[in-house]
Formats: sequence, structure tokens, C-alpha cells
Amino acid sequence: MKPLQNILYITKPGAYLSKERETIHIRLEEGPDVKIPIHGISGIVCFGTVGMSPWLMGFCAERNVAVTFLTDTGRFLARVHGPMHGNVLLRRAQYRTADVADQSGTLAAAFVTGKLYNCRQALLRCIRDHGETPALRETEKLLSDRIRTLTSVEDCDTARGMEGDAARAYFSAFPDLIRKSDPAFAFSGRNRRPPKDAVNALLSLFYTLLVHDVRSALETVGLDSAVGFLHKDRPGRPSLALDMMEELRPVFCDRLTVSLINREQVRASDFLTNPDSGAVTLEDEARKRVLAAWQKMKQETLTHPFTDEKIAKGLIPFIQARLLARHLRGDLDGYPPFLWR
Amino acid sequence: MMVLVSYDVKTADIAGRRRLRRIAKTLEDYGQRVQYSVFECSVDPTLWVKLKNQLLKEIEPLEDSLRFYYMGKNWKPKVEHVGAKPSLDMDGPLIF
Repeated sequence: MKPLQNILYITKPGAYLSKERETIHIRLEEGPDVKIPIHGISGIVCFGTVGMSPWLMGFCAERNVAVTFLTDTGRFLARVHGPMHGNVLLRRAQYRTADVADQSGTLAAAFVTGKLYNCRQALLRCIRDHGETPALRETEKLLSDRIRTLTSVEDCDTARGMEGDAARAYFSAFPDLIRKSDPAFAFSGRNRRPPKDAVNALLSLFYTLLVHDVRSALETVGLDSAVGFLHKDRPGRPSLALDMMEELRPVFCDRLTVSLINREQVRASDFLTNPDSGAVTLEDEARKRVLAAWQKMKQETLTHPFTDEKIAKGLIPFIQARLLARHLRGDLDGYPPFLWR
Repeated sequence: MMVLVSYDVKTADIAGRRRLRRIAKTLEDYGQRVQYSVFECSVDPTLWVKLKNQLLKEIEPLEDSLRFYYMGKNWKPKVEHVGAKPSLDMDGPLIF
């Protein structure tokens, strides 16, 4: 099994990254320079005004290190990547499958099944640990109903419709997962661009980080992250990465958001509200803490339900990408979504 | 796995100082300098073979010495740091 490699996050404004022999040389406005050997790094995520030498970008492309630039609030700006990896036959198989309605519908249904299953699992965990509420129980029932009907779905539009419905129900039960009564963590549905409350700010940040990871996992196995099944093609949109994220969001992002709040690892004072736009963002020190929690979460180990291997959570996107590639090549009858236990 | 590399190079002449510099640079590519002539390298076995070969090419066996301490995978409880220059945990969150 490939080891889980580390991701380098740069959040200090004015930092400049360059290549020095085999290392990433980080110059900070304050404090000593840092050199980090590139061999243990699988990605670099830069927030805000961070500079990077073209030479280092080229080096990262050559070493298959994904580089993503985000605004200081965590919105996606740009991504640098090298030549496509893997082989063209796999990509052709992917495009052909995406063009056949019932095949792509079956795959879309698989992603949605994974999502609903994992959302339901998140609710069940809360019921087990803290007792049930009417909203939790009701949504749990609705989700398990939908999971059953999904097995016969073969077209994308039905899958999309069910996904939308279920997501609405899930997010309406989401406030019950949060055990803190602090009004700063009140949640009344998902909003974004920009997120308007603390919970949405955390969710949005984690979704952005997950896109980075899933996208580089897909591209590492040679798939085209822009051609999806559940999400329609749109210029600049990593549709396949968004497809695969659906099933991983509850496991990676939602769960971490809830536990950061419940364990009081983030507090109301960690969030800043922009008076003009109403956008809520994380204050610098708190963002570091949140990023550290994200990295730590990826190192937790679990047993993958399909391959039965003991792995770090952060490798799930790679395993799912590989399983999808095997299915598209015809080595596997269906795509097994990641089902959280 | 974690390998601790320490070196001692005779720097009486120009050739010696050149060897010292080149060994330090090679080690910087793969590991973290924790003290002046001590590096911690977190490498997989293939990379280690490569690194070791590069180091062996640089030294003059009659004058210099290299020591490799193989710390294995579970090395963290075996290391304690006291005083200045705390090291960076390369496997932990890397946030700057």
C-alpha cells in the first residue's frame, strides 16, 4: 500500500516558495527559512498572497505534487499540474462510459448511494452517542428508504433528484448533530459563496480541501477529473472529483466540523464576520488549528470495507479512484462506493 | 523508516571542506538537519539505497566517517529533544 504522504499548507501572507535542489525552500517574512524535502510531500496548498517560483512549479509537476492556490478565505483560485498521468485507454473508457446514459446513470446512483449511506451513518452515530431526536430519526428513515430505491435507479436525473432531496433532509437534521447551544453555531441550511455562518465556513473550507485531495487522487490513477457522471461537464469544473466527493463528504468534512464544535476545538471568537458581505471566515490562528485537525484526521486508520485493508483515512480517495478505474477498464462489475462503518 | 545519519569529515584541506559541503547538501535533499552534522531522514527503503550510495560516493574512507542509525518505523518514542533548535515533525501537520 502506498504511504499517506504529507500536504504542505502555506498560510502566512508574503511567504515565498522556491526550489532548492530536491527541497521546497520556504521563505517567511518573519522567522527562519525552512527546507522541506519534496519526497514526502504529495501536495501544496497556498492560502492568500503566497508566491512560488516557476521553477518550483515545474518541479512539482514533474514529481506529481499537486499545487493549489486559494484566496485567504479558502476559495479556489488556480491549480498547477503537470502532464496527464496514466494511460489514454483508461481515459477513453471513462469518456465512453460517460456518454452511455444507463452506464453513467448506474455510476451516478452508486455515488449517491455512498453519500446517503454515509450521511445516514453520521446520523446513526449521533443517535447512538447522544440519544435520538425526532428530526434525526425521521431523516434516518427517509435516507434508508432512498438507499433501497436507489438500487434500481439507472438514470442520472433520478439520481440527481434523489441526491438533492436527501441532502436537504440531511442538512435540516444537521443542527441536531451539534451539541453546543451557542448561537454562533446555529445552522439553518447550507449556504456558500460566501458562507454566512460559522458552520458553513468550516464546511466550505473542508470541502475545498477535500476537492484538492480527491482531484489529485483521480489524476494519479490516470482518470480525467473533469468528466463526471453525476455532475454534468462544465468548463473548469472538476466534475468527477465532485462526484466522488459526494460519498466522502460526510466521512471527512461533516464529521470533522461537528466534532470540532462539540469538542470546543473551535470557539465563537475564532470566526470573523465581514460587515459588508456577511461572509464568515476563520481567524488566522484558528485556521491553523483547523488545518492541523484536518491533517490529523487523515492519519486515523480504518479498515476499508471493500478491500479489507487497514489504511489511513487520507488514502480513501486513492483507493476509490483505483476501484473506479478498475470498473471503467472492465475488471470490476460495478463501482463499490466507500461505505462508512 | 527513519535513519539518523551523522558524519565526521576531515576539513584540514580544501578537498575535505568540499566533501563536507557536498555531504551536507545531499543530506538536506532527503532529511532534516537537527544538529550541525546530524540529519534525520524519513525515507522508504528504495530512497535510502539511493541516498546511501550518494553519500558513499562523496566520502574519503580513510579520513571521514559516516554513521547510520536505523530507527525503524516506531522511532518517535526513542527520541527526546532538549534545548534550542527544536526539530520539525515532518509527518505531522505542515502548516506555515
